[in-house]
Amino acid sequence: MRPELELISEWIRPGARVLDLGCGDGALLAYLHQYRQASGYGLEIDTANLVKCIQTGVNVIHADLEAGLADFGDASFDYVIMTQTLQAVKHTEALLDEMLRVGRQGIVTFPNFGFWRCRMQIALQGFMPVVKTLPYQWYDTPNVHLFTLRDFEELCRRKRIDILQRMVLDHAHRPHRGPSWWPNLLGEIALYRLGRA
Amino acid sequence: MPHPFPSNSIGLVSPQTAHFTEPLALDCGRALVAYDLVYESYGTLNADHSNAVLICHALSGDHHVAGYYEDDPTKPGWWDNCIGPGRPIDTGAFFVVCCNNLGGCKGSTGPTAINPETRKPHGPDFPIVTVKDWVRSQARLADRLGIIQWAAIIGGSLGGMQAMQWAITFPDRVRHALVIAAAPRLSAMNIAFNEVARQAILSDPDFHHGHYYEFGVVPRRGLMLARMLGHITYLSDEGMRAKFGRELREGKIDFNFNFDTEFQVESYLRHQGHAFVDRFDANTYLLITKTLDYFDPAADFDQDLSVAFHRALARFLVVSFTSDWRFAPARSREIVQALVRAGREVSYVEIPSEFGHDAFLMPIPLYHDTLRAYLTRVAQEVNAHAA
Repeated sequence: MRPELELISEWIRPGARVLDLGCGDGALLAYLHQYRQASGYGLEIDTANLVKCIQTGVNVIHADLEAGLADFGDASFDYVIMTQTLQAVKHTEALLDEMLRVGRQGIVTFPNFGFWRCRMQIALQGFMPVVKTLPYQWYDTPNVHLFTLRDFEELCRRKRIDILQRMVLDHAHRPHRGPSWWPNLLGEIALYRLGRA
Repeated sequence: MPHPFPSNSIGLVSPQTAHFTEPLALDCGRALVAYDLVYESYGTLNADHSNAVLICHALSGDHHVAGYYEDDPTKPGWWDNCIGPGRPIDTGAFFVVCCNNLGGCKGSTGPTAINPETRKPHGPDFPIVTVKDWVRSQARLADRLGIIQWAAIIGGSLGGMQAMQWAITFPDRVRHALVIAAAPRLSAMNIAFNEVARQAILSDPDFHHGHYYEFGVVPRRGLMLARMLGHITYLSDEGMRAKFGRELREGKIDFNFNFDTEFQVESYLRHQGHAFVDRFDANTYLLITKTLDYFDPAADFDQDLSVAFHRALARFLVVSFTSDWRFAPARSREIVQALVRAGREVSYVEIPSEFGHDAFLMPIPLYHDTLRAYLTRVAQEVNAHAA
């Protein structure tokens, strides 16, 4: 279990209805079902992952996130979750809007490009960073948008998205609780709980 | 002499007949006083009768869904590639049942059956039955077999519509519904194709208003045309291009400049049409196209399919195929959307395929992997249930 998923589950109200965008093999949904009695669906495009979800009894719906969430009604889920996916979609803004239309709250996690190791690799070596959470070379990466905590929070401010909660995981993927400007440097993974009035 | 069946084939099978004497009230207002359902079953019903799976057939299918008949050991049932020991619908785990639906022409009571009052075939006077009527008759067969709840009901196309209807009509009798290449109801275009097929039969001079049995003829041309038309809608442009292209028939190198069968695709369609006439009844074809046209479970619930699904207790697996334009993936997504709005448990997979609507009968690896993954869990669930 990725520690990130455990931390997300702490944010989920028991019995909640959740939609997991890009749910992979369904590990988070299975976890939330077991420990939070949550129900819901995962959306996934990779066929091998679809079969894995079905094998483990996770409800999974074959869908392309780039096409939006038109099949889902307004506020039809308590939480719409997107772990490690936002950096790999083309229509970032549209998907954030869709998340907060379909879900009462959104939960987003992403690799922080402002993490000190990323900064060091660019600044000192002059290479695009390759770290644990961004393991790809620039030419074979599925990621199309790389951004930092500050970038993301600036976008939220501009889009009038409320940041309800934030947590960062450090290089050992432990929750980091330091002074407020440190997270963008020391955090390798960022977790946000979002809402919109 | 032993038959050289593949090791994971169910092998030799034979149909059985269940006779029912309690009248069945039909949606059209009439009733069947007594009727037969012909069915086949494979595998073993477990002690608490929890491992039964019902297969529902589509327009031209019947109860012979897997295995071989003694007198025809070369041609297996219509979904044999999916049903058998170790196959996705595993007869080692499940007791699999499939019946020929009412109105059919393979032994269950239908237009070709003799009406005891007139001592002639019912012909066009046989009532038009609906998917709901079928489901009610299948429920009586379940009662007869001692099956209170099906572990799963599985169907492709019109069969998928029966699986949906079961979950709505008898919520506590279905644990899982597998709805494959189906639609929540027919579109105007679907109905239009059915209407052309019906007109082909109705306008055949040998049709005799449906009483052709008495004249010792069958409306061959009409039924053949209906099947040829239907068959095109089961394929896809890309699939036909890959299979036939513009190839001429074997042995032909040039055009005749007349209306002979020249292209491969023409000869294929004519063959399909001819073969169909020998195994199917025109009145049944007419009847079942109407059954398709009438299917609309949302109509009973204020035109809202999600309200219909509110009643359902089953978990659903919905499967569609990319090149299917008869019941396109978008139609399956309508079903999924209604299930999600109703808060029901559902998984949905869209299988990449060039086989059009026919794909639901093909052993496509991802398709069979999906069914296998889903049904393995169902098997675990009902076995746990039995313990």
